Parts: sequence; structure tokens; C-alpha cells
Amino acid sequence: MKRIGGALGAAVVACSLLAMGMPAQAQQKTSVKVGFVTFLSGPAAGPFGVPAKMAAEAIVESLNAGKGPAPYQIKGFGGLPIELVVADEAGGATKQVAEFRTLVQRQEVDMVIGYIGSGDCLAIAPVAEELKKLTVLFDCGTPRVFEEASYKYVFRTRAHATMDAVAATMYLLDNRPAVKRISGINQNYAYGQDSWNDFEASIKAMKPGVEIVTSQMPKFGAGQYGSEVSALLASNSDVIHSSLWGGDLEAFMLQAQPRDLFRKSVLVLVAGEPYLHRLPGKIPDGTIVGARGTNGVFAPDSPHKRWLMEIYKAKAGVDPNYPAFSVAQAFLGVKAAWEKATAKKIGSAIPMGAAKNVKEEMEKAYAPPTQDELIAAFENSTFDSPSGKVKMGLGKGHQAVMGTAYGTTRFENGVVKVGNIKYYDAERVTPPEGISSLDWIKSGFRKSK
Amino acid sequence: MGARVVSQFIAVLVDGVVYASWLFIIAVGLTLIYGVMKILNIAHGSLYALGAFSAVSLSAAWFSQGYAAMGSFAMLALAAVLVGLVFGPLIERGLLQFLYGKDEVVLVLVTYALFLILEDFIKLVWGVDPLFVQGPNGETPYGLLGNFEVAGLTYPNYNLLLLGVAVLTGLVLTWSLNSTRSGKLLLAVIHDREVSAALGINVSRTYFVTFTIGAFLAAVGGALTAPTVSVVTGMGAEVIVMAFAVVVIGGLGSLPGAALGALIVGMVRAAAVHYAPEVELFSIYFVMAAVLIARPKGLFSGAEVRKI
Repeated sequence: MKRIGGALGAAVVACSLLAMGMPAQAQQKTSVKVGFVTFLSGPAAGPFGVPAKMAAEAIVESLNAGKGPAPYQIKGFGGLPIELVVADEAGGATKQVAEFRTLVQRQEVDMVIGYIGSGDCLAIAPVAEELKKLTVLFDCGTPRVFEEASYKYVFRTRAHATMDAVAATMYLLDNRPAVKRISGINQNYAYGQDSWNDFEASIKAMKPGVEIVTSQMPKFGAGQYGSEVSALLASNSDVIHSSLWGGDLEAFMLQAQPRDLFRKSVLVLVAGEPYLHRLPGKIPDGTIVGARGTNGVFAPDSPHKRWLMEIYKAKAGVDPNYPAFSVAQAFLGVKAAWEKATAKKIGSAIPMGAAKNVKEEMEKAYAPPTQDELIAAFENSTFDSPSGKVKMGLGKGHQAVMGTAYGTTRFENGVVKVGNIKYYDAERVTPPEGISSLDWIKSGFRKSK
Repeated sequence: MGARVVSQFIAVLVDGVVYASWLFIIAVGLTLIYGVMKILNIAHGSLYALGAFSAVSLSAAWFSQGYAAMGSFAMLALAAVLVGLVFGPLIERGLLQFLYGKDEVVLVLVTYALFLILEDFIKLVWGVDPLFVQGPNGETPYGLLGNFEVAGLTYPNYNLLLLGVAVLTGLVLTWSLNSTRSGKLLLAVIHDREVSAALGINVSRTYFVTFTIGAFLAAVGGALTAPTVSVVTGMGAEVIVMAFAVVVIGGLGSLPGAALGALIVGMVRAAAVHYAPEVELFSIYFVMAAVLIARPKGLFSGAEVRKI
């Protein structure tokens, strides 16, 4: 018995020594675990969440196979395959904070890419900071994320929603300069309120004297818009602005269309692009639509756009809408930063001949970047995406800046097409660093603080 | 100016009545089940959603055969009947009958659990993509009936259908309860379950029939709503909150209470949308709070008999 115990003890010690002797191999990173959060259920799932998930899967498969467009041909992130852990964004901000903690603390993801809802982004950002976990917001619009706070671990790879309002106003006044009466219908939460406030302020700044007749603010997910449609009909507005999205926009269109609301009022849908193929026949001709950037139908031709179109269509069977473009921006932004950080480490490694511990120095140089190194490379970076060049130019280098575009719909042969497209440079439609969007608009779009 | 004020007031009345009709249809089943069975059925929201999803599937099948679009109304009715007849008995016989006599809070939790299960069941069967009741050329029952005009505003005749269904439901239920033998037996069960059973009334069958009718009414609400919205998972959660507000204002278990509650909520919401849209979100709950402060058991709560 004693001998058996002794042998067992020796085996345990041997195993422990073996384990201790190979820390480098055991702990070496074999993949990059990315928590990906998007709506998988609820009204935002169909037009936004599910396309985003399919885009993430298609992009990860393509990048892991080393089939990304130049300069993204290295497999995965810096040679390490990307592993997705997908979570549902439905359920509200409180639930999302709990889910975020689960992703970070239990699932031990290396980073989180996610969030379509502005309320979720505002709730998650401080928690990401508290848990010190790199978090890339890929789609939410509220400018308040970086205007009201400063973050080290949080990035947003798409432009914020102020440009939607400013560019929509420019487009509207360019094409309908005689506009006199304007109304709005927007959801009563962060994104809807910001969107309307920015638009209202932009109109007042660019064309003083325009009358704001009514601003309808139904709650998120209201579903029934009969009274709101009546109020808009009674308003006799020339223009109706809306940032409604998801099932809310679809229900509103279904209820407003038979009541001839759009016969005398032009509709401006700042986030209307994903619905062009979902509501054929329900989007009236002459509707002004945006895609919250040069995404979807507004994306200029490039190898990156063609790559996304191809891999997404192979996966989903349809062309990618703007949330899919936003996902591509997030993954390519991280990839560009990752590989930039790695290249910097290799470039600054001590030359072989001069190093005392050549092996250790080389291992260190070629190791995946630490989170801090990745963040340093990500800040103020510029990278190519299917929507064009993205510059992390606001929020102390954490908030993307891009131009945007608007167009006008017409129904042809059973599909909704977008014509009369106009592009707006980022500088014209985005506030500079250090001033809130609303203050910038109210100041008459001054160039700097 | 004066004409504008009048037309706006008329618009508030019409919008209020239309919204109240919709609210009454979704709330009446909830109050009926509570009145008879003392179960606050949270799964009512799921039965509503099941009605909507079934309406989408049956209408899609109808349109795919190339039949006349008007026939899609029959599909809406069929969806409500099917959901009522399948899920009503299934839930009552399979689950609730084992829990009668338990505390009301336990029953709320059980129906909440059922609500969550049915939500996942819906996701499993219909997926998460929003769906429409829509023909190949974009025709929906909502637009098929044409429009009418009031005070210069266009309303779909579909709203009159909602009003008709609400009034008919209210009248049929009131007549059935007060003027038929089964209704009187039901009232006896409502007043005292034990004495009714002792008198030979089949309480178990009364519960079974009541729950099935309640499930059917929830499904009617869902099926009639389906053509006006994109049918999505989670739609039941929104509705149960509104239905609950209505029946609480009217008094839990009271049929006239549900009607008055729906009318008050409908009018208040329409007035808020037209006159002060910024308070719309808050208006319904303000009314609910005000009513509960004045009458904690709702507007139509009667004196409660307490057994000693």
C-alpha cells in the first residue's frame, strides 16, 4: 500500500513538473475568441440582427481561410483563427450587462464585438471599461457614447448618427428647397430622440423659419400607430422624418401606406436601406433613404465591397444590407489593428545579433499583441472597409468617422431602386472633437471648438 | 382655426375608439379567465402571438394557391379558431387543472413560465425573421376593404371591422353570461366554486370551456393584428402589459370594466398623441395609477364576499 502511495505521489509530482516545464506550449494562444452580440430575436432580429450574424459568420470563415481582400490576406487575426461566441442582444440593457459579464468572465472571450441598440451601447461601455475588456461597438448610432464619456477599452467602428441627420437635411434642402412644414416620428429612446433632435436642430440651422408641426415619439415596439398616422396626416407636413427601424418601421409603413400619408408628405427614412427589399410596394416613390453611411446600395465599388457581397450572398442568398457592412468594418478594423500591432512589435524587436536572449526576444516579438498593444494600434488608425476608408478620428481615436450618402427611391419591376444618390464628406456632416453634436449643429456647424 | 380644433377633436375620438376596440379584443379574454378561474394568465400574450403567427402561415398558404385575396379574412378567423381549440384545451387539461386551488401568485408564475416556453416554441416553429400577412402583389387584409374619411383624415375600413368584432364580442359575452343557462352556471361558479360544485355544477368543465374561449379571444386579437404589423417574436410581451393595464383599470374579472378600461386607455393615448406627444409614453400608466389610487380594485370591482 505504501509503495502504491509512493508511486502515485511520484506520478503526481512528475505530471506537475511536466506541466510546469511546458508553460509556453500550454498557454500559447491557438485562437482568438470573439464574443459577438446581435439581435437574434425580437423586432430587430430580421432586418438587423440576423443579417449581422450571417455577415459575422461569413467574414470569420473567409478571414480564417485567408481569403480576405488585400491587405487582409493573413489568416484570422495575425494568423490565429477567430472563434465566434454568439449571444442574443434582445432583452434590454440590464440583461445585456449581465450577458456581457458572462461573455467576459465565464466564457473568457478575448474581445467583444457587438450591439445594435443605442441603449445597449450606452449601458455596456462603462462595464467594458470596468472589466477592462476590448469592446467594439459595430452598429449603434447615438453620438453620446463618446461625447459624454471617454473610454480606453471601447471603440466604435462606424460613424455616429449625427451625420445621418445633417446629411439628410442637406439632401432634403438640395432637392426640395421649398419645404415649409416638417414633422417626425421616432422611437422614444436614446437613438430615436438623438436622431430627431439632431434633425430638428439641423433644419433650424440650415433653413430658419421652417415650421416643426409635430414630433411623434411612440415607445419602442409600440406596434400600433393609428393615432400617430392621424396626427401626421392632420399636420399637413411637407416632410416626415423618421429613424424608425426594425418591426416598428415595418408596422408603421403597413399602417401608414393605406391611409395615403405619403401622398402629400415626403418621407425621409434615415435608416431605411435594410427595408428596400423587405417592403417592396410599401415604400412610396420619392422616399429619401439613407444607410447610415456609405453602406449597402451606397457603397462605392471596391475589392472590399465585392468580397463582402460575394461571401454574404453565398451565405444568405441576398445582397448584404447596411448592418452587414457595419460588421465587416468592425472585424476589419480589429484585424488591421492586430496586424499593425504585431508588425510594430516585430519591427521594434532587438536585432538578432544584438539580443542577449535571441529565442525569448523572437518569441516575444511574434507573440500575439497584448490587449494594450492592440488598443494602442487601434487608436487613431485608418483602415479599408467595404464601405470605404474608415478613420478612427473622434472620441480620442476610438470613434470612426466616415462620409455618408442619401438617395431617392423608385419602384421598378417589382424592386425598389435608389437613384439621385449624393455623397457627403465626413468633414461636412460630423462634428469636430470636443463639441457635442447638438451644440455643433446649433453653432451653425462651426469647424472647431 | 375653430374648424381645425373640431377636426382634431374628432380625430382623437376616432383614433381612441379604434385603439380601444383593439385593446378590448386583446384584454377581454384575459379578464374572462381571471373572472372565472382567478388566474392572471400571462400566457395570454403567447396565445395572442400564436394567433398572429398562425394567421401569417394560413394566409401565406392561401395566397400561394392563388385564391382571391378576400379569402384571407377566412384564414385569420381559422387561425384564431385553431389556436383556441388546440392550445386552450392543451394548456387547461395538460397543466392548469392540476393547479386549481393553489395561490394566485403561484398561478401567475406558472403562466409566466408557460409564456416563456411558448415564446421559444414560436421561435422554434416560425424562426426570428419578422413575417407579414401579405399576398404576392403586396395586398394585405388591412388595405383590402378600402377607406373611409372622417374630418379630412383617411382611415382603413379594417378599423370598422375591429370595432365590429369588439362590440360583437362584448355583446355575445354579456348575453351569454346573463341570458343563457350555461352563462348562469358560469356566474354561479364565479361567485362560489365550492357551493357550485356541491350543487352539481361541473366546475371542471366550466373551467375548461372558459379557458378555451379565453385562448380563442387572445388568438382573435393576434390574428386581427397580424395584417397591420410585422409579426415578430416577442410581440406577446408588449401586448400582455397593455391588456393588463386595461383590465386593472376596469377591475380584474369585470367585462364592462374591460370595455371601459379599453375606452379610457384608448382615448387618453389618442389625446396624448394629438395634443402632447411627449407624454404619450407615460399617459396610460398615469391613468392606471390614478384609477388605482382612487379605486384600488379597479373601476368595476364589486363588494367582495369574505368567507369566515
